[in-house]
Amino acid sequence: MAKKISFTLNGKAVNFEVDVRESLLDVLRYRLGYTGVKKGCGVGECGACTVLVDGMTVDSCIYLAVWADGREIRTIEGIAQDGELSVVQQAFVEEGAVQCGFCTPGLVLTTTALLESGREYTREELKRELSGHFCRCTGYKNILKAAEKSLEAGKRQCEE
Amino acid sequence: MPYSVVGKSVKRVDAVAKVTGKAKYTDDFFERDMLVGKILRSPYAHAIIKSIDVSKARALPGVEAVLTHLTVPKVKFPTAGHPYSLDPSHRDKADRLILTDKARFVGDSVAAVVAVDELVAEKALKLIEIEYEVLEALTTPEAAMREGAPLIHEDCEQNILASRGYSFGDLEAAFSESDFVFEGEYETSPVQHCHLENQVSYAYLDGEGRLVIVTSTQIPHIVRRIVGQALDIPWGGVRVIKPYVGGGFGNKQDVTIEPLNAAMTLAVGGRPVKLELSREEAMIDTRTRHAFKFRIKTGLTKDGKINGIYIAAVSNTGAYASHGHSIASSGGGKFRYLYPAQAMKYEPVTVYTNLPVAGAMRGYGTPQIFFAYESHLDEIAHKLDMDPIELRQKNFVQVGHVDLLSKNRILSCGIRECVAKGKELIRWDEKRELYKNQSGDKRRGVGMACFSYASGTHPVSIEVAGARIVMNQDGSVQLQVGATEIGQGSDTVFAQMVAEVLGLPVEMVHVISTQDTDITPFDTGSYASRQTYITGMAVKKAAEEVKAKLLDFVWGMTDIPAETLDLRERNIVFKHNGEVVMPLEQAAMQTYYDTVFGRPLTSDTSNNARVNAIPFGVTFAEVEVDIKTGKIEVLEIYNVHDSGRIVNPQLAQGQVHGGVSMGIGYALSEQLLFDEKTGKTLNNNLLDYKLPTIMDTPDIGVGFVETEDPTGAFGVKALGEPPVISPAPALRNAVFAATGVALNRLPMNPQRVFEKFKQAGLI
Ligand code: FES
Ligand code: FES
Repeated sequence: MAKKISFTLNGKAVNFEVDVRESLLDVLRYRLGYTGVKKGCGVGECGACTVLVDGMTVDSCIYLAVWADGREIRTIEGIAQDGELSVVQQAFVEEGAVQCGFCTPGLVLTTTALLESGREYTREELKRELSGHFCRCTGYKNILKAAEKSLEAGKRQCEE
Repeated sequence: MPYSVVGKSVKRVDAVAKVTGKAKYTDDFFERDMLVGKILRSPYAHAIIKSIDVSKARALPGVEAVLTHLTVPKVKFPTAGHPYSLDPSHRDKADRLILTDKARFVGDSVAAVVAVDELVAEKALKLIEIEYEVLEALTTPEAAMREGAPLIHEDCEQNILASRGYSFGDLEAAFSESDFVFEGEYETSPVQHCHLENQVSYAYLDGEGRLVIVTSTQIPHIVRRIVGQALDIPWGGVRVIKPYVGGGFGNKQDVTIEPLNAAMTLAVGGRPVKLELSREEAMIDTRTRHAFKFRIKTGLTKDGKINGIYIAAVSNTGAYASHGHSIASSGGGKFRYLYPAQAMKYEPVTVYTNLPVAGAMRGYGTPQIFFAYESHLDEIAHKLDMDPIELRQKNFVQVGHVDLLSKNRILSCGIRECVAKGKELIRWDEKRELYKNQSGDKRRGVGMACFSYASGTHPVSIEVAGARIVMNQDGSVQLQVGATEIGQGSDTVFAQMVAEVLGLPVEMVHVISTQDTDITPFDTGSYASRQTYITGMAVKKAAEEVKAKLLDFVWGMTDIPAETLDLRERNIVFKHNGEVVMPLEQAAMQTYYDTVFGRPLTSDTSNNARVNAIPFGVTFAEVEVDIKTGKIEVLEIYNVHDSGRIVNPQLAQGQVHGGVSMGIGYALSEQLLFDEKTGKTLNNNLLDYKLPTIMDTPDIGVGFVETEDPTGAFGVKALGEPPVISPAPALRNAVFAATGVALNRLPMNPQRVFEKFKQAGLI
């Protein structure tokens, strides 16, 4: 069964007809070409497919596209503004938090959501928040450093 | 010699593409009207296919083709990502068909469908009717080697794939001259690579009728050859393209889905077909790490000098050979460098079973053998009442040692310095003393373990690497290599090498990350920790060639002899004082447009390396063991490596973090589980398979002892795989120190540890 939905995707309005069985992941990747959204398992185990739905992190592989109706979706393609890396992206580059890069979009988005929450996190809390993402390359060490750096940089920006 | 770019933590050349989502991986490319391929898998571990009826599946609207063993070429081919050998006796075992006529493990590919979409394809699979004659499932090496067991492959008696080992010196004499001979038994479990990107490829025939395969692989040139072999078509008629890869760890050093994908497109007249494995499929039908059982005997003098070593090993390779016996051979070979004894005998046997196929995985046989031997050494140290470090120090290899069998010579060795550094980092002496007599429910201990490895595969296989450089009008360059970037950072390291030789900033070296076998220079691929060392030689050679040509050209322009010139900071300079002769850009421009001598500068070179530099290292770990629950917590862990000169410290540290984390998973939680009766995999998903999350991973400390190996470009040695080798035995030895209980089987998960503690009377 098809259903017409409308949502904002990285700030742009999208009107689209989807199959009610389709995941948001499949729609974003295969129908709209947002291939920065990665698929590592398809069943909600790895976090590679994370997108932001109204600012909340969501595994898009287990989120139906129809649920996106009326919502604001952000993918990795919408994070850099005018060709400028965001604070989080910059931190991931600088801290060497990127290796194969397959887990990276999801982790950048989760970290972005944490930063935008305006909350402060202890290291342990931060680890818990990031624990929905598997990374097989980095041993998480530089990812944690990048996340901490992002939050600090974000805090400084707020204070300025 | 001080370098300006080599040795610096420059940012990854692909980092920006990866944080912005612009880096394209195989599944990020689309061909119009791409069809979808799906595989029908055997529900039985061991069964002959009596008949297949595909008529119902074929009749389903939307199905374009159904493939079975009857419709694909009946040519057996090997799958291991090794270079081809001109010597037939040195080739990998060819035991695979594109689709099998006999199921050898639960999940074996018995038929396949090509359809307009996934749903139709899935439906069609259910309509294929197969009649099986079910045979006994042989799920352990013991069952498989048993007298009268059915044969998994007709040509291998007792299901033994191979049993070649080695021996040198007089072991009997070495043992009888020893004051003590100690024995021990050790066991490891199968684990999976779990790279985040599953195996995926798509294939089509291009306008000229050439077969194009885009795939997530570590070894594009080997994929070309093996697809040629499997389909019995000329190798040059196959074009393999490798975009960014989401991790491999050895699993993509094997040809798993590409021959079937190729057969699929041929079955539909060359229309594009995509074949993507789900996580569940990738965890049963790609490769695993071989499970091993070891029996070890070591003879020593009373002051701890090792006289002789005997190691018997049983390696479980699963249903097909893949890398097969090479894993056992390689483990035994790389082990030999660390503690050269006067006599040694290694007797490995690699056995087929009806389980998922084991193949290459980071470390390639060494995590297994070093787990066994380094555990064994700690037990010996305990019995001799000697500090485990002291025992090792008495036996470490010396510079100048020539391995009797490989003839590789140790030209640099920093193992002693690595141990000294690690010992200090963890505060060994203080903690050994502190944790001596504990009795509570939580006990702490420190442990360590060492390793030796290799840089590439010489003299076992050829080590050919290709590099091509083109200099642009502005003096920037493109670099193409046949070795693949799969996350390890090789592209960045190569860019640094070129920048160093040509006096360029790294940003002016553009590495073409995509390999395309029609265009890219030949290189066997990324494996054996060979890229920085082996491909690095080719890259340096190519850069030096461009430099020589350029300086010669400038000589022609200026009458200043080339040998007095050098390249520095985008200038042609006098070598002796650095005075600028002209900007690089001026010379580069002239090479393009000089009306008489114009000829753009390029180099297209290949290097056949017949050397091997041996890297070393050590893990130090501190654990806290919860006696009541069997849970082991890693409090501190340090890996210290001698990998020669470190080209990029930040990337190198990152490699170590990832390897150590994989090693911790291997030690404490990861294990593929099988039903012993049916051979069915029980945990082929990321929920039940216990991959470490960020919560399970401690802060990982890294140290380097930078020796300079004269054989490597800029003094480098291998680093990619080594970090995964020694964490498991170091953790095991830390638990041994904390509790006195010898955990000689991996993983040391709470259940197993609890049972062991109970046996030992701790609980
Ligand atoms: S792809 Fe969605 S969680 Fe793994
Ligand atoms: S960088 Fe490869 S999975 Fe995280």
